[in-house]
Amino acid sequence: MALHSKHLLGLENVPKVDIQSILDAAVSFKEILERPIPKVPTLRHVTVVNLFFENSTRTRISFELAEKRLSADVVNFSASSSSVSKGETLIDTVRNLEAMKIDLVVMRHPMPGAPQLLAKHCSSKVINAGDGSHEHPTQALLDMMTIRETFGNFEDLRITIVGDISHSRVALSNIHGLQTMGAKVAVCGPPTLIPRALEKLGVKIYYDVDEAIANSDVLNVLRIQKERQEDGLFPSIREYHTLYGITRERMKNASRELVILHPGPINRGVELDGEVADGPQSVILQQVTNGVAVRMAILFLLSRGEGGRDELGS
Amino acid sequence: MSWEVKKGPEIMSQRGWLVDKASLVLLTKARVIDPSQDLDTVTDILIERGKIKKIGDIDKKELENYHTLDLEGKILAPGFFDMHVHLREPGQEEKETITTGSTAAVAGGFTGVACMPNTNPSLDNVGVVRWVYDMAAGGPVDVHPIAAVTIGRKGTQLTDISDLYHAGVRAISNDGDPVGKADVMRRALEYSQLHDLVISTHSEEHDLAAGGVMREGEMSTRLGMKPWSSLAESVMVARDVLLAEFTGGRLHVGHISSWQSIEMVRWAKGRGVKVTCEATPHHIALTDEACATYDSSFKMNPPLGSKEDREAVIQGLIDGTIDAIATDHAPHTVEEKLVEFSFAPNGVVGLETAIGVVANELVNPEKMSWNEIVQKMAIAPREILRLPSASIQEGEVANLTLIDPEAVWKVDASKFFTKGRNTPFDGKNLHAKPLGVLNRGWILICPDARMLWS
Repeated sequence: MALHSKHLLGLENVPKVDIQSILDAAVSFKEILERPIPKVPTLRHVTVVNLFFENSTRTRISFELAEKRLSADVVNFSASSSSVSKGETLIDTVRNLEAMKIDLVVMRHPMPGAPQLLAKHCSSKVINAGDGSHEHPTQALLDMMTIRETFGNFEDLRITIVGDISHSRVALSNIHGLQTMGAKVAVCGPPTLIPRALEKLGVKIYYDVDEAIANSDVLNVLRIQKERQEDGLFPSIREYHTLYGITRERMKNASRELVILHPGPINRGVELDGEVADGPQSVILQQVTNGVAVRMAILFLLSRGEGGRDELGS
Repeated sequence: MSWEVKKGPEIMSQRGWLVDKASLVLLTKARVIDPSQDLDTVTDILIERGKIKKIGDIDKKELENYHTLDLEGKILAPGFFDMHVHLREPGQEEKETITTGSTAAVAGGFTGVACMPNTNPSLDNVGVVRWVYDMAAGGPVDVHPIAAVTIGRKGTQLTDISDLYHAGVRAISNDGDPVGKADVMRRALEYSQLHDLVISTHSEEHDLAAGGVMREGEMSTRLGMKPWSSLAESVMVARDVLLAEFTGGRLHVGHISSWQSIEMVRWAKGRGVKVTCEATPHHIALTDEACATYDSSFKMNPPLGSKEDREAVIQGLIDGTIDAIATDHAPHTVEEKLVEFSFAPNGVVGLETAIGVVANELVNPEKMSWNEIVQKMAIAPREILRLPSASIQEGEVANLTLIDPEAVWKVDASKFFTKGRNTPFDGKNLHAKPLGVLNRGWILICPDARMLWS
């Protein structure tokens, strides 16, 4: 069991069998996490660099825990700004790290395609921990693991992603991954936050959140960044909350089977009411737990694979 | 002749090009194409001291001490002219110089170029413009600086347009920083009529471009890249054709790329507006799908468009809405380009691949004839700029481009004469190869064609 790819750059074009392998392995790793000593020696020969060009406490800690639970050697590298302003290129940065004998790079980067650039010009295995508004494959995989725990499978499951789709890497990875597994993906948000031609990806678009709620098994609610309002993409936080906030009132009319996901961090009272976030239909903390398990699975499978046929992900 | 100029031919000679200034040359059996005179015939041409002495049957017995260039099966056309290049000098000599840009022009089959004013300092005064002329004087390539519309290309105060005209300037443009204020553009279109100067535009409405890095559409959505709507171009073209109609000024839309802009120009032409436009080989050949690998060799401004945009560009060339083909040759260093797509500067080099790409995309699929290509790449650019034609007539300067229409060759960016390696066509097989040029008494023939010379 190994993946068809040397890297995990995104979920576009990742075959069903690989997603299945990752989700299955994640189940085993989740079991390890529940043991009294939640640690295995599997990757003690592997050195991982967490290369973060953007702040992300949650994703970085989740990766770091996953790496440590697998006994990998871990180095963290955070650069607050772009490589350009440091005067060193991304490729030079990683080649320098490689000269110190590393095996795997986990990278968060503000620019889409940065992991592809690394994969092309460097020799390490690359895991994309989020590249701009492009993809965030490990987040989508942990979302999928959580959905599978509830529903058992993805076939014809209706999943709607609500919020700022235009600037979301989570949305794109979820769309690709879930569609590959047979789910029906929709998005919901104001027209100014939905990217052009998204329907060509086979995604249904709702502008009315109540209609979306009535036609979904899962809502994946995205964080609304206040800067988007400042950029003029919607009139006010108040109006956004009125139109698209997942409120207690809206949930009263929803099916009891509806499950609420959120990639975090939550803006309570903006895109999601606190009561809903903490309520019985929310699986948000389960997502966070699964994040560590999924990342262990990916690290394990990529370290095993000897490069695969060719690189997957766009 | 400036001391700099000799360097160009020297560089080419060192790399195996035949460089000569022979006084008497007989070009034999070429297919001579000059649409400005409805000429398309196989004939001989005698060149004496850089001028066309005779066309037709030439009695060799009357000639002494002459060279022959056997051009059987080859095309001989008026020298190709690229009306949109960036030579980067002064100020960005690490990217290109007038000398290296000129060698690239010759290698690509061009005898003339018009260079954009986005230099440092910008070409916004007579001093800098004269310096550019001096740098190229006497060389094999006619270098025509396009001056800025406004001082420092800042979009507020007009340059000394009349002085610039008297210094030789035939077009003005603010290039990549287009005149944002409509009233300034209106005044420029009015004032430039003093000398029938054309205003060449880089049409981009700043706010609508919104910091985008590739054309907004399905691909930008898939790739998560900051979208750049075609509206940025078409809204500006709409504004400018309206201003051109109202003022009667002459507008030339540079590197037109969206179907809406092309429609706008078609509409304006139908109303008799003095508007012309050009398209680039990369917008003829490629679409935004080429950005899928995040390779910055496909990043330029305007960005690669949709399938519909590309079809509209080709259709516009065929039906005459688009008058000229120009490369927007924009060299950058490897270091600048080998970074994250979003961080890389816009621009690709084009001089050395233009003829091959155009042959691949237009001539081979029989969308356009060589006659039409010569019209778009040699005749029209000089007409738009009101420069002397390079027509093939007895008594005229021998300003000629030689093309082998049958050659198939592979692009190798590492062997370019330009300093830029940023081409979207590296490794691609192209049909039709420029073999060399004759201009200003210079004869430059590429290594592959040396054996035709005797």
